[in-house]
Amino acid sequence: MVNTGDTAWVLISSALVLLMTPGLAFFYGGMVRKKNVLSVLMQCFIIMCVLSIQWVLFGYSLSFAPAKGFWGGFKWFGLNGVGLEPYADYAGTIPHQAFMIFQAMFAIITPALIIGAFAERMKFSAFLLFTLLWATFVYDPLCHWVWGIGGFLKNLGALDFAGGTVVHINAGIAALVTTLILGKRVNLDKNVPTPHNMPFVVLGTGLLWFGWFGFNAGSALAANGLAVNAFVVTNTSAAAAGLAWALIEWWRNGKPTIFGVCSGAVAGLVAITPAAGFVSVIPAIIIGLLVSVFSFIAVAVIKPKLGYDDSLDAFGVHCIGGIWGALATGLFASKAVNPSGADGLFFGNPKQLLIQLIAVLVTLAYTLVVTSIIYKLVNLFIGVRVSEKEEFMGLDLTQHHERAYTVLE
Amino acid sequence: MKLIVAIIQPDKLEEVKEELYKEEVNLITVSEVLGHGRQKGVTEIYRGAKETGNLLRKMRLEIAVNENFVEPTIKAIVKGAKTGEIGDGKIFILDLPECIRIRTGERGGVAIG
Repeated sequence: MVNTGDTAWVLISSALVLLMTPGLAFFYGGMVRKKNVLSVLMQCFIIMCVLSIQWVLFGYSLSFAPAKGFWGGFKWFGLNGVGLEPYADYAGTIPHQAFMIFQAMFAIITPALIIGAFAERMKFSAFLLFTLLWATFVYDPLCHWVWGIGGFLKNLGALDFAGGTVVHINAGIAALVTTLILGKRVNLDKNVPTPHNMPFVVLGTGLLWFGWFGFNAGSALAANGLAVNAFVVTNTSAAAAGLAWALIEWWRNGKPTIFGVCSGAVAGLVAITPAAGFVSVIPAIIIGLLVSVFSFIAVAVIKPKLGYDDSLDAFGVHCIGGIWGALATGLFASKAVNPSGADGLFFGNPKQLLIQLIAVLVTLAYTLVVTSIIYKLVNLFIGVRVSEKEEFMGLDLTQHHERAYTVLE
Repeated sequence: MKLIVAIIQPDKLEEVKEELYKEEVNLITVSEVLGHGRQKGVTEIYRGAKETGNLLRKMRLEIAVNENFVEPTIKAIVKGAKTGEIGDGKIFILDLPECIRIRTGERGGVAIG
């Protein structure tokens, strides 16, 4: 039976999650140099276009059509069989297409996260091909294993409420692979890139935080207590993490920065994503406080030391934050919050932590391998990186013949 | 006294500065400008309408020097900014009749420091 409240909430959540992609576009866009801002916006918006279509044609089918094994197959190609009546195995009170379109927004934003790793140096044509292949061969299978009927990680009992593994660890490790394969931006030590528009970064963060309520609370797929729990812990984790990052910077660098608060808040949102429907508010504070510690170390200590050029910290925030969130779910999950979940280690069930760890490792391994293969293939056929001259001039002018800002009228 | 004005590629600024410091030229003013040379810039497309002859980002340096620093400064700028590609830029040498240090009121070669 279709429930109007649930359906309204899921539709609104879908819209909220979609808004996160333009939000991400500005979050990243403000961080790159002026000459590359349009390329970032373009990459995000073109993903919205391409993956919206990929999803309804075959992405949804591959991810969610019930099947044991690698993926769901093509039985729901073109949304064949996906109608307006509920599909009880996924969501019993909303039209099947509502569930589908909600999931579409996740499929859209996940590859967009990887943009942070190759910003300022990837060819647009290569990016397009890579994204389409990655969505089909990495996101869709992984989505199937964790959330799809017949998915083996789902059957194992892995808890991932809104996409810690499927979205964040997935995109995060793909980001690391990307930076290692693509190589550093040219002249990095001579020309330390600084964010060209910090207000955009803040704007983007605001839109992400707002949209994340749809991401996490919408994953309850109903307008009920569980959605409220997810909403509350999402806000709490973001707040704790934003504050923690500011405090860490204050202590370590002498001053807190807005960039730090924004990075922290996003990290907090990432970490609570797998846990939102399973943990309560005090664990959410702990999760938020600690994710900023871990991400800060990854970004400010490990990255400079190892020297990889993860331009916008997609790995440091999303992968590290996602791993912590997934494991924290294994620590703090409680059936008191969600009876159809499980208890975590601190509630007497250490086995869950192990299951979470398996899910994390499977995600890391699979994504790492297949992302590398896709890159090698794309590089072989069209080459992924722009020339040095193009990198100097900026992607906006060279890839899109567009300029973001007029200087002289 | 001379005022040296140089137009260089934006990404070369750090290298040029380093070369200048090596020559003990420590005074510089930098501004961002738009410009192009004989190749007339890059095409832009705005809603389908092509615009050619477009201006590219450049850095403009202004350095006031005493006579004996003119050649070292030129040498440093060229060393830092040259790539051998089109778009490396130009250096202009202008005569500088007077220079005043605001803080002390000194004039002339001393003020250039």
